[in-house]
Amino acid sequence: MKAVVFGGTAGIGRAVAQRLAARGDLVFLLGYDEASLARSAADLMARHPQQARVQWALCDMESPSGFAAALDAADVALGNFDAAIVTAAMFATQAELEADVELTRRLTTVNFANTVTFCEHARKRLLTHGGGWLTVVSSVAGDRGRKPVAIYGASKSGVSTYLEALDHKFRAAGLWVLCVKPGFVKTAMTANLKVPPFAGQPDAVARDIVSAMDRKRPLIYTPGIWRLVMLVIKHLPRFVMRKIEF
Amino acid sequence: MDTLTGWGRLPEPGRELLDEDFETLTRGAVLSRGLGRSYGDSSLPANASDRVANSRFANRIIAFDQSTGVLRAEAGLTLVNLVRLMLPRGWFPPVVPGTKFVTLGGMVASDVHGKNHHREGCFGAHVRALRVRLADDRIVECSRESDADLFDGCLGGMGLLGHILEVEFAMHRIPSPWIWMERERVSDIQAFLESIATAAPQWPMTMGWIDCVKRGKGMGRGLLMAGRWATTEEAPTRHPGSPHEITMPMELPNWALNRTTTGFFNAGIFWGHVRNRASATMAPERFFFPLDAILEWNRAYGPRGFTQYQCVVPRAAGPPAVYEFMKRLTTLGAASPLCVIKDCGPEGRGVLSFPLEGTSIAVDMPVSADIQRVVNGLNEFIISVGGRVYLTKDRFTTAEHFRAMEPRLPQFQALRAKWDPTGRLRSAQSRRLFGDKA
Ligand SMILES: Cc1cc2nc3c(=O)[nH]c(=O)nc-3n(C[C@H](O)[C@H](O)[C@H](O)COP(=O)(O)OP(=O)(O)OC[C@H]3O[C@@H](n4cnc5c(N)ncnc54)[C@H](O)[C@@H]3O)c2cc1C
Ligand SMILES: NC(=O)c1ccc[n+]([C@@H]2O[C@H](COP(=O)([O-])OP(=O)(O)OC[C@H]3O[C@@H](n4cnc5c(N)ncnc54)[C@H](OP(=O)(O)O)[C@@H]3O)[C@@H](O)[C@H]2O)c1
Repeated sequence: MKAVVFGGTAGIGRAVAQRLAARGDLVFLLGYDEASLARSAADLMARHPQQARVQWALCDMESPSGFAAALDAADVALGNFDAAIVTAAMFATQAELEADVELTRRLTTVNFANTVTFCEHARKRLLTHGGGWLTVVSSVAGDRGRKPVAIYGASKSGVSTYLEALDHKFRAAGLWVLCVKPGFVKTAMTANLKVPPFAGQPDAVARDIVSAMDRKRPLIYTPGIWRLVMLVIKHLPRFVMRKIEF
Repeated sequence: MDTLTGWGRLPEPGRELLDEDFETLTRGAVLSRGLGRSYGDSSLPANASDRVANSRFANRIIAFDQSTGVLRAEAGLTLVNLVRLMLPRGWFPPVVPGTKFVTLGGMVASDVHGKNHHREGCFGAHVRALRVRLADDRIVECSRESDADLFDGCLGGMGLLGHILEVEFAMHRIPSPWIWMERERVSDIQAFLESIATAAPQWPMTMGWIDCVKRGKGMGRGLLMAGRWATTEEAPTRHPGSPHEITMPMELPNWALNRTTTGFFNAGIFWGHVRNRASATMAPERFFFPLDAILEWNRAYGPRGFTQYQCVVPRAAGPPAVYEFMKRLTTLGAASPLCVIKDCGPEGRGVLSFPLEGTSIAVDMPVSADIQRVVNGLNEFIISVGGRVYLTKDRFTTAEHFRAMEPRLPQFQALRAKWDPTGRLRSAQSRRLFGDKA
């Protein structure tokens, strides 16, 4: 694989970049913090001697005007990438979002509108390169309208719906769209939250993601148990959902 | 309320912040911590509202020089990660403690020692440079050449001089990824000390396990382990791989580990190794980190928690002092399934580093109503022979005893006054032992 990883400087994205680099795939990092990009690239090279040169470019999910240039840079560095992996996103608690309408606007824009915009850029390139992988980390939070993730969940729900349709539409053309729905994963994003049962580690989640890409799957829950958890939650009647705080 | 705990599982109120960007995280922080493998309160805040930065997510390797082995990484890089990455490439850290679940930052802040202390000194002896965030939020790079006093203070300084952001040290080249190990059964403490002294010049790595429960004749019976890296001829051709680990499935009740069960446990270990002498090649993870085979084994001590008493008896005090210490241990009733003896070489440059030339003894003890009396009793003896305790294990030493056993304290406090004049950096331990304000 020749993979662009948007968000490869932290958490799940970084773990995916490590997994790919370890088995000799080429990676190109995108992110919005220069120091963090340079360090993460150096780390990939130090850990995996076969990675002679890991390159990166600045790309801010809040400024879609930079998406094309960032992907151009990736194309040049990798010689036409065949995988785009998006983990970059924002998170805020429902309380923080309710207290700050501007934060709500920013988060929903980054997680939905700009993520879809980035994917559209990537999709077009992948199709011109003859196909490949478009892997986006959505969330189980998008599976059902729930009190603690009303806004964040809605932004992820939009992404999941978009990815499902992309898979229907472009699989025949050789585009393998993967929608990743992590449950709770122990990363910086969730460091301030109470850890629920079935919490996962980024490395195990990355393993699931890479294996789903290899198998060209359209959708995974990770850790796997969350498929069952969400199955139950999706079938709870509304009167129950109104009562519980989950 | 949120709490934080060390390996001994006695909580203190507080919470920690985690992020890949440890450098930013430490701005305004008063304490840093890694994997919380220190037993006592070294990594716990003095105050519930103190800003505590956890380095765990900052684990990037910044540079590795294949020709010299010099490695520079962020403080949160874990030993398990480093060992599994570098062993197949023919490199091993110069010094490792008895568990691989520690961070580089923690290894520096405790200036850890390993089975090779008599040869290689502490981890700090191999550190070339540190990048440190000071109490006033400035960031400095220190080494033996620049700001050497800060550098020396950070080695074993328990995080009290600054937040260690990056560590540069030299890895060792190893001839094979296997250890050649010899194990000898020893009948009592006298024989034990003789054997460990004989082994020291021949073996780069030594350590012993002794039975602290057995009294009278055979007190201090145990096993002596000695090892070195296997040569290419001795080593099996396959890679040792990573051992299978199981997790302690639940917290055991408080009574599960008591005098009788530990006695049986010890007899099992002692008589289980029936042959007097055995040798074999061994996977390095099993040799260096035997306790890691059961993850979260600290839960075996139950909800009351436990502590470890680790002290060093100076060589000058001689074997009789070690014998006397063992006697005190047994009369004070400090039963333990785990009593580890190590041979320490000369003191290093870390201002507050633990080891000094002599014999280090480490005993795990469940926390009981009696614990303060036991620790006080042991400390009184240790002070009388000119020894000291290991801060990273300590939870119960009193400020008074600490002052009595630590002639280097004024020097360390002077360093703190210089680098942290407003006294911002502190921990629950520094509050207890140094009299820092809460
Ligand atoms: C089973 C077991 C066996 C052990 N065997 C040995 C042994 O053989 N030899 C030995 O020497 N030790 C041994 N230890 C102790 C262990 O090596 C030390 O406690 C080590 O410091 C733990 O590292 P950590 O990352 O968990 O640090 P923590 O426990 O999180 O912190 C320990 C201390 O380091 C400070 N610190 C941590 N990170 C930073 C940072 N980035 N900047 C500044 N200060 C920091 C903390 O403030 C605290 O004072 C053992 C521990 C266990 C549980
Ligand atoms: N953790 C969970 O429990 C969980 C559960 C379900 C779904 N998810 C999803 O999984 C994905 C990865 O999250 P994570 O847990 O790995 O969190 P993380 O460690 O915080 O990583 C988030 C990544 O997004 C980047 N990012 C944030 N805002 C950005 C912006 N404006 N422009 C560019 N990059 C930006 C961050 O870059 P910097 O490092 O430079 O800040 C970081 O690399 C996210 O889509 C998240 O919604 C996570």
